[in-house]
Amino acid sequence: MGHAAHNTGTLPPNPEKATLEGRNKFLAFWFFLGGETVLFASLFGTYLGLRNGTAGGPTAADIFHLPLVFIMTMILLTSSLTSVFAMLAMKKGNFKQMLVWMWVTVALGVTFLGLEIYEFIDYTNQGLTFTSSAFGSAFYTLVGFHGAHVAFGIGWIITLLIRYRKGGLTLTNAPKFYLASLYWHFIDVVWVFIFTVVYLMGIGG
Amino acid sequence: MEPNLNTNQPKVNLSQKEKIKLEREMRHQIITFVVMIFFTVLAFISVASDLIPASFAVPFILILAAVQVILQLYYFMHLKDKDHEWPNAFMLSGIVIIIPMVAALMLLLGVVKF
Repeated sequence: MGHAAHNTGTLPPNPEKATLEGRNKFLAFWFFLGGETVLFASLFGTYLGLRNGTAGGPTAADIFHLPLVFIMTMILLTSSLTSVFAMLAMKKGNFKQMLVWMWVTVALGVTFLGLEIYEFIDYTNQGLTFTSSAFGSAFYTLVGFHGAHVAFGIGWIITLLIRYRKGGLTLTNAPKFYLASLYWHFIDVVWVFIFTVVYLMGIGG
Repeated sequence: MEPNLNTNQPKVNLSQKEKIKLEREMRHQIITFVVMIFFTVLAFISVASDLIPASFAVPFILILAAVQVILQLYYFMHLKDKDHEWPNAFMLSGIVIIIPMVAALMLLLGVVKF
């Protein structure tokens, strides 16, 4: 697949979808994202059902740090933009620039994860644990599942960045980076709802 | 023309039309990002300020979230582009499933308290 393109040192436009393998991965990944939507919705539904079951412990309005969560939201939103820039660099054939933007995305993701861990430790110290109330269980399951997705995304992108740190863009690695960036956007999609439904509605509604 | 010293860096064959298209896409993505930041700030303010009643703020921030997600899916994740019929079908199937699911979970766990 695509050997002719390799030999001449040029790639077709949209290298991520130039091969059958790339197109298959693209299709299968969107199928996976449709399933992920259902997974996260089940956790959101559970959280919304259980969020008032605080069992005398801390409530959402008692403990949530809105300014911290606001900063986390900005960081994740920016990381979504940097992975968009990475994909634009890829489509222009600028592999080096793509790698730099992907590293920036990873750095922002790590910052986000660090703040989330700090947040969880703080809430635990204030008496909200996984087993303290139904609200606690639902909260840590939902937000923790998202955090696990962020951690997996970071690991995935770092693996790709190390694996392809030398050499250039090929029809093999273009789909891999493209899917990793789709996954990263999806993490941000979920976070928009967590920010709104868990944090803002926890404080304001 | 300078010779391509680094043979490991293949060029992508882009026509002038495709280059212009990429530039336009870049502008659209930045506008999308600015709108999303603005909506996040708006949602944050509507909850953080005491002036706005919760009965207005909650539906308002849910609408802002929905618009942000649509922007993210259609612009950042390219669902609006052509050759995305199946991805649209997959995501819409997911959304069709989750609406009754979230409603049922909220009612069964939150109201009926099974």
